Amino acid sequence: MLKRKDLLGTQELSRDEVLEILDTAESFQEVSTRPIKKVPTLRGKTVINLFFEASTRTRTSFEIAGKRLSADVVNISASTSSVSKGETLIDTARTLDAMAADCVVIRHSASGAPHTLAKLTKAAIVNGGDGAHEHPTQALLDAFTIRQRKGRLNDLKVAIIGDVAHSRVARSNVHLLTKFGTHVWLCSAPTLMPAGIEKIVCDHGEFLHVTSSMDEAVEQADVVMMLRVQFERMSESFFPSIREYFRYYGLTRERAERAKSDVIIMHPGPMNRGVEIATDVADGPFSVILDQVSAGVAVRMAVLFLLLGG
Amino acid sequence: MKTHEVNATLDRMAMEILEANNGRPVVLIGIQRRGVPMARRIAGQMAEKAHREPQIGTLDINLYRDDLTRVASQPVVQKTEVPPNIDDRDVVLVDDVLYTGRTVRAALDALCDFGRMRTIQLAVMIDRGHRELPIEANFIGKKITTKDNEVVEVKLTEIDGEDAIYVMEKI
Repeated sequence: MLKRKDLLGTQELSRDEVLEILDTAESFQEVSTRPIKKVPTLRGKTVINLFFEASTRTRTSFEIAGKRLSADVVNISASTSSVSKGETLIDTARTLDAMAADCVVIRHSASGAPHTLAKLTKAAIVNGGDGAHEHPTQALLDAFTIRQRKGRLNDLKVAIIGDVAHSRVARSNVHLLTKFGTHVWLCSAPTLMPAGIEKIVCDHGEFLHVTSSMDEAVEQADVVMMLRVQFERMSESFFPSIREYFRYYGLTRERAERAKSDVIIMHPGPMNRGVEIATDVADGPFSVILDQVSAGVAVRMAVLFLLLGG
Repeated sequence: MKTHEVNATLDRMAMEILEANNGRPVVLIGIQRRGVPMARRIAGQMAEKAHREPQIGTLDINLYRDDLTRVASQPVVQKTEVPPNIDDRDVVLVDDVLYTGRTVRAALDALCDFGRMRTIQLAVMIDRGHRELPIEANFIGKKITTKDNEVVEVKLTEIDGEDAIYVMEKI
């Protein structure tokens, strides 16, 4: 049982907490293979998905996770809620709290939005992605997939390649993986590297590396994690053309061959085929992209269980 | 009880299970955690006697507890592996200690989510009384009279490094 009310980021999680979540998720995987994919554990609990940004996988996966644990799951998207009438985020959260929600999963474009709500609500707050800050359940399901494939979380080379600047997935993964002593290589075009990356590198000591050369990042990597180019967050142009981007930072089969022979290729989705990843790699034998999706359900079941079950 | 007594008890229970089921194949399902090695040992004995290895499975009942919100801390949820197609089969649930009956209640709920078995029987090493639900075991290793403030612990080599049964006063 997690001794915390909320799950806001991987930065604040201890190694033991991460392992508890991953071990519990491993047991929960079995529920999804049953003929009746449901256990009564969270009967009578209410989980609200409050999504201010588009999402297929995270929202659906939280919904399925909640339902497989018998919780009542309610989905609210910004466009159909009173937010479009001008209600503030805080008032929305207080309203949901007054309806005795037990957990609110929130996705918001503003970094720190879940943290603000966590201080105000009785309900457990789970960060489903806040701006370019954190996406803890994504990093947890990535760690789950890596551990399942590689048998460990330490002493690996993980290359995270693409739009690092706008990526909360990269940030949450860096916080999580470096805790276990895995070497994380962040790679992107200089224009897509976040400002202040030098300080972030300093904070993570010997385990975080930064490069703008994709070949250097992929070389002998155990895991290659590609990031989507987040066009919706770009108000200006960060690179001359998609074709040029693909030429320098797209994962092709030739580039993937520089990695270890048992490399796994990951992508948090949604993919832009032909922008950051070639179709034959995305659908190829080393791709674990769909395993990540299945792991997502188990990991989110574990998170809901560990936050609400006690 | 020491190792040889524990083994003799499991041996006798294996015999009783075979007799009661008239040679029909049974599925042994151990409740996490100590029911699991217990089920394995009984299965081994049954295989020796009947020359047929019974199927075995494991069940974690944490997701079916009625006191989830009341216990301060709980163990990590362990693996559940129930053999496929246990519809219309004879199933023997195996656990170390039968006390209030609430674990067995949870296990019955859990099993019912896997299908409709022909029979569900219960085998326990120790029946210590103090039932809070109308549940009884079909196969009992040893019945002991205990006080409510006592704790009964079954130790098995696979988990604890020794075979033993302790009755202690709660502190």
